[in-house]
Amino acid sequence: MIEVLSPGPLSSLQDLGRHGFQRYGVGPAGAMDEWSHRLANLLVGNALDAATLEITLLGPTLRFHQPALIAITGADFTPRLDEQPVALGWPLRVVAGSQLAFGRRRCGARAYLAVRGGYAVAPVMGSRSTALRAGFGGFEGRALRKGDRLTVEPARERYAPLPPGPPAGFPPMDCPSPGPAPLRLLPGQQWAAFSTTAQQRLLGEAYVVHRNSDRMGYRLSGPALALVAPLDMVSEPVAFGTVQVPPDGQPIVLMADRQTTGGYPKIASVIGVDLPRLAQAIPGDTLCFTASTLAEARALDAERELTLRRLQREMTEFLETDECHASI
Amino acid sequence: MSAPVPYPAWRLETLGERCLMVAFPSTVDPAVNVAVHALAAALEPALPANCELVPAFSSLAIHWRPVPERDDPDWANSLSTQLQRLLAAGYQTTADSGREVTIPVCYGGDYGPDLAAVAAACGLTPDAVIARHAASPHRVYMLGFTPGFPYLGGLDPALALPRRATPRVSVPAGSVAIAREQSGIYTLDSPGGWHLLGRTPLALFTPQAASPCLLRPGDRVRFVPITPAGFTALAAGDAR
Repeated sequence: MIEVLSPGPLSSLQDLGRHGFQRYGVGPAGAMDEWSHRLANLLVGNALDAATLEITLLGPTLRFHQPALIAITGADFTPRLDEQPVALGWPLRVVAGSQLAFGRRRCGARAYLAVRGGYAVAPVMGSRSTALRAGFGGFEGRALRKGDRLTVEPARERYAPLPPGPPAGFPPMDCPSPGPAPLRLLPGQQWAAFSTTAQQRLLGEAYVVHRNSDRMGYRLSGPALALVAPLDMVSEPVAFGTVQVPPDGQPIVLMADRQTTGGYPKIASVIGVDLPRLAQAIPGDTLCFTASTLAEARALDAERELTLRRLQREMTEFLETDECHASI
Repeated sequence: MSAPVPYPAWRLETLGERCLMVAFPSTVDPAVNVAVHALAAALEPALPANCELVPAFSSLAIHWRPVPERDDPDWANSLSTQLQRLLAAGYQTTADSGREVTIPVCYGGDYGPDLAAVAAACGLTPDAVIARHAASPHRVYMLGFTPGFPYLGGLDPALALPRRATPRVSVPAGSVAIAREQSGIYTLDSPGGWHLLGRTPLALFTPQAASPCLLRPGDRVRFVPITPAGFTALAAGDAR
């Protein structure tokens, strides 16, 4: 069992989302940075869709009342285990009674804490993700609070003794960064309905992440994006990364807690492999965009899936090397 | 079988790299919406489990997720081919679900704080607004916005008003509201810019239930006025 000594401002259980229910108005939710979420899981030998704890900006303080194998990925909030700094992006053995705390934010917005076996909460509509606004799924349908007790699914307790850091040749698992490289965009359904000025602005000028940004959407401040003529649209489906533009001309990028449909014109969408970078942006960060193509986006997406599977195989072999089996 | 009905004019669009969308003319029209749901029904049996369909007023999205053990680089192309084949073939007319769902509503007062303003804006008495809302032939076009939120078409045109100038920060769950030619029922306490006519004690969304949503597309909805005492009694019992 893991006891929450202090929760942090927004720590919630998330997996790869609740799929198949958008037709009922149920948004997918799920990890904002799916890449870091999946890395955390593969580092401890979990299925990639096991729930992790998504930690926002300031970490919680947690006490482990049982031994565990954990991994932290994504944002660097200077985690410490019993006051000793711990490395991100590598599994870490925790003994019963240990306390995990976080300190100053070095980079990123969201860290992911995976525990071998996964957090034991009942799936709702096939997912352990917390639907924060609707109040279901995850841990009692809400962000963690002081005094909460998280149980862990039983897992095989034997695995290789772990070096303190990744072996040579193991790729670094840095936090995805919103800049300085531009985020790549595909044109949206209503791209052509926007003025040439608007199209050039979006691809040429800087936009700042507004403080009213959250898991639902990133509101951006910058040069206004205007339509050639007013559009009378009815609600249409939207996706993770859809960039929609309300009448004030300030774009909103829809994120994990997006609604299922929307009625604002869609000027673009952020390509899938760049969504983790955006998810790690915090209010005040400056973003730049550049044009991509569907072929490039699909190729990068496929390449990322292959990389992930390779890492998962390597890590599984590493955790299950027979000659060095040891107990927790 | 009767001759297939041709689909309305359509465009095939991409919504990011993991979604295709069929867009019919962007309109609130029962004929277009029937085509959306007919296409969804035709496509559904052939879809793999990593896909999900999202039918809206006049468009249908097909979202998918990568499947590690079965990678098909041509998946988007084969889906696109399949869609074009279905769209070219037309659809068999099927009646709507045929369900009529009765929704008790306590109109006005604290339950419907905008009733008087709506009546004034439409040049009607509050009772006439209630009568026209309850008598309108409401039909569920789609679910969206929040879990289980029904977008209903069919509102009496005499009640059509633009959205409120300033949306409310919080609208109570169960609120029955109107905007333009639509009605809706808020399923969660959520922000909202529609005019609140009343409230129902029924739960529109129950996440743990086998079918979590009270309503589904194609349903006809009949609103039945109830008193505050009736509301309290229903809310206290098993409203569903």
